[in-house]
Amino acid sequence: MDMKVSKKKLGLKERYRLMTRDLGWDTTYQPKDKVLPYVGYEGIKIHDWDKWEDPFRLTMDSYWKYQAEKERKFYAIIDAHAQNNGHLNLTDARYLSALKIFLQAISPGEYAAHKGFARVGREFPGVGTQVACQMQAIDEIRHAQTQIHAMSNYNRYYNGFHAFADQRDRIWYTSVARSFFDDAMSAGPFEFMIAIGFSFEYVLTNLLFVPFMSGAAYNGDMATVTFGFSAQSDEARHMTLGLECIKFMLEQDPANVPIVQGWIDKWFWRGFRVLGLVSTMMDYMLPKRVMSWREAWNIYGVENGGALFKDLARYGITPPKGWDDAEKGIDHMSHQFMLGLYQWSFGTAFHSWIPSDEDMAWLSAKYPDTFDKHYRPRWNHIRKLAAAGTPFKNYGLAKLCQTCQLPTVFTEPDDPTLTCHRETTYKGEKYHFCSDGCQHIFDNEPEKYIQAWLPMPQLFQDPIKGDLGEWMKWVSLIDGKDNGDYAGSEDQQHFEAWRGLATTNQ
Amino acid sequence: MQIDLRTVAIEPQRQAFDHLVRSFGNKPASRYQEGSYDIQAAENLHYKPTWDPEQDLYDETITRVVMHDWYALKDPRQFYYSTYTLARARQQETAEANFSFVETRALADMLPPELRAVALAVLVPLRHAAWGANQHNAFICGYGFGTAFTQPCMYHAMDNLGIAQYLSRLGLLLGDTAALDAGKRAWLDDAAWQPLRRYVEDCLVVRDPFELFVAQNLVVDGLLYPLVYERIVDAHLSSRGGSAVAMLCQFMNDWFDETRKWVDAVLKVAAAESEHNRAVLAAWVRDWSGRAASALLPVVELALGPQADEAVAEYVAALSARIVKAGIPA
Amino acid sequence: MSTVFIALQTNEDTRPIIEAIEIDNPLAVVHREPAMVKIDAPDRLVVRRSTIEELIGRDFDLQEMHINLITLSGNVAEDDDTLTLSWNN
Repeated sequence: MDMKVSKKKLGLKERYRLMTRDLGWDTTYQPKDKVLPYVGYEGIKIHDWDKWEDPFRLTMDSYWKYQAEKERKFYAIIDAHAQNNGHLNLTDARYLSALKIFLQAISPGEYAAHKGFARVGREFPGVGTQVACQMQAIDEIRHAQTQIHAMSNYNRYYNGFHAFADQRDRIWYTSVARSFFDDAMSAGPFEFMIAIGFSFEYVLTNLLFVPFMSGAAYNGDMATVTFGFSAQSDEARHMTLGLECIKFMLEQDPANVPIVQGWIDKWFWRGFRVLGLVSTMMDYMLPKRVMSWREAWNIYGVENGGALFKDLARYGITPPKGWDDAEKGIDHMSHQFMLGLYQWSFGTAFHSWIPSDEDMAWLSAKYPDTFDKHYRPRWNHIRKLAAAGTPFKNYGLAKLCQTCQLPTVFTEPDDPTLTCHRETTYKGEKYHFCSDGCQHIFDNEPEKYIQAWLPMPQLFQDPIKGDLGEWMKWVSLIDGKDNGDYAGSEDQQHFEAWRGLATTNQ
Repeated sequence: MQIDLRTVAIEPQRQAFDHLVRSFGNKPASRYQEGSYDIQAAENLHYKPTWDPEQDLYDETITRVVMHDWYALKDPRQFYYSTYTLARARQQETAEANFSFVETRALADMLPPELRAVALAVLVPLRHAAWGANQHNAFICGYGFGTAFTQPCMYHAMDNLGIAQYLSRLGLLLGDTAALDAGKRAWLDDAAWQPLRRYVEDCLVVRDPFELFVAQNLVVDGLLYPLVYERIVDAHLSSRGGSAVAMLCQFMNDWFDETRKWVDAVLKVAAAESEHNRAVLAAWVRDWSGRAASALLPVVELALGPQADEAVAEYVAALSARIVKAGIPA
Repeated sequence: MSTVFIALQTNEDTRPIIEAIEIDNPLAVVHREPAMVKIDAPDRLVVRRSTIEELIGRDFDLQEMHINLITLSGNVAEDDDTLTLSWNN
């Protein structure tokens, strides 16, 4: 901490108080409810904002100093990566599918979080809370930018990255992540904090970043390792903010507990669905795998999440409602996702593929109870079709869940042979869901979720009118380059040719 | 196997992301462009905000300024997070060295008491005004439209907080925690500070992001920074033996010099857009600049006494010239 | 018992920090993974400024850890001399 004082030596906490919350005051020329109009309508009661515990006590001068050091390191590495053709160090260009999904779906989420935290950084009454949220707001734009900058060089050599900004708003699968962040941003300030600060950052972000970045390290992608770990160093502050915020709400008034519990239930399930794609990345998309999704879940979900909810039990908080259903889905979801991605790969700006024998041996070892029984036979069938020159493609439209926007590809929690499907009729319209969790979320706020933009019906409206070619144009997807099977793709041919140049004297 | 990848000459498949090629042509894009253009969601937003169902999640109609393309409001400094942070880290080092110079040589103790009193009286309550500025810029970033316009406002908000913290340190260095307490009491109760506090609080209920940009970043800062840091600190205090105070305020002077160029550039483009915008901007300038001048007068009097009127008039004229130069009619 | 953890990037800056954590937390278990070192401890883990300073022979500000921190778990308590992670259960 650089804020030295000359007179009496102030402790970290007191010094930080003077540098932050002592700056604020109660307005007298304008009424509080006009200055802070959104803080009351969610029903959260805060009696004393001074009881707020600051997560980390960084003043701006320290922030600039330490963040600048991180930035210098980061850009030195990605500059070197670009100058030295670092992309040819990858184990295999299949790996890039994971990065393409990340850039199209997750980086825009970082930007949304930036905007959302700028808003709550203005709307909360407590200065301590505001400052912590503002720091997260500026960090989040950092993450969006470092990710775009790290992937910019891949875009120069590989397909699927070039139209991320168009695909963020138009292609069907990014709608999963976008609807998640739009949902959080359209909620009030307290719910936003639970959604992003607590559920996403604290409960789920380790599952996204830590295995993802270890995966990047295993697969020779130094650019991603660097942005990942560099971003993650900010996440430690964000996670702490999320946890402090939830404890603060719970301590301020017992009437807050059921409201917070409802949000935890909702946002755990929303987050679990969004991050479900990470399971596929870990189990299928990394040429050299770090650990299985199941193993990562055991560490960061069961063990860490378990510790967290045990800690919060003293306030009367219970583990999220969907926790058991999540656990039951862990050994199935990566396979179900990858099968879905493969059959709809004509409509994705990344490649998928049929797992090799070696891949299937690994999957069967990691998922002894599910893979051989339920998923190997399906892959074998798909492989036969491909060998016969009639690759399996599902040109039928996926039925999307009204809440999470994923295709309804999941099975019943207690019966892996039966696809899970739920329906609600609201004001005469029928809505479809992938799970009990998503149906409950809808039923609690139907007026919100009936507004959801669903990418599939869009196919039949102007200017597309059901024409797949028009749709591809509209989502900036170049058929035969960005989409389809990795085997035979331009990415594969280029990567192998370029690697050949680097390793031989041809 | 060690591969010497540098020896491989391969043709890039494309120069830049599609949206940047559309805007800037088929050539490699700068990191500023990559980090700023079209990164805000633009279409197919899912839900209306529950906090105001009349608005869209990103809504260009909540301000009266109308832009055909909000990304035209570019930052001449081309700040993205990295360049911003590196610039401030360098300034922070200088500020640290200045504080340490004043502290280790006990220069604060050598200040003539009447100068120390003036410095404390004028500068310490301003930490609250800087906090108000932080609130406004966080608002503009949060609710404004288009990253080119909003991202520098987040940086500006953090700068405002940094300035509030430097002023707090200055107060602690010249007068201990009692100085901060006295400054806060003055901000809350002393007649000299009430017009300025009222100005800040009235801005807290303005929910048009561009109007706030005008009221805070153009008008009140456009008078406050030169009046306080140029006129009072650099000229008045330094010439009387108070250059230690000027050292502690170097950050603010450099900062204002840098940021006004951005503020002017934004206004120039917005004003050049249409007759409508020029009229809206001119009306805001009229509303807020008279109030800002009269709010700052009693503050300037704390240091300059009877010369305050003349000083304020001089800087009001300079600001008017600046505004006209930006293309906003008087 | 619940596990708290801290993960740091693997580099020269974090070597003494990790060593200090091992000295101050006899129950801690260090996992060395690619590019990352994750340290688990039962219920509580403390990072002590003075231990790090002894190892590096200069003043150390605990906030310097932010540069190389990857993630952590547990309630955080921070003062000038220590950073503590703990679960209250």
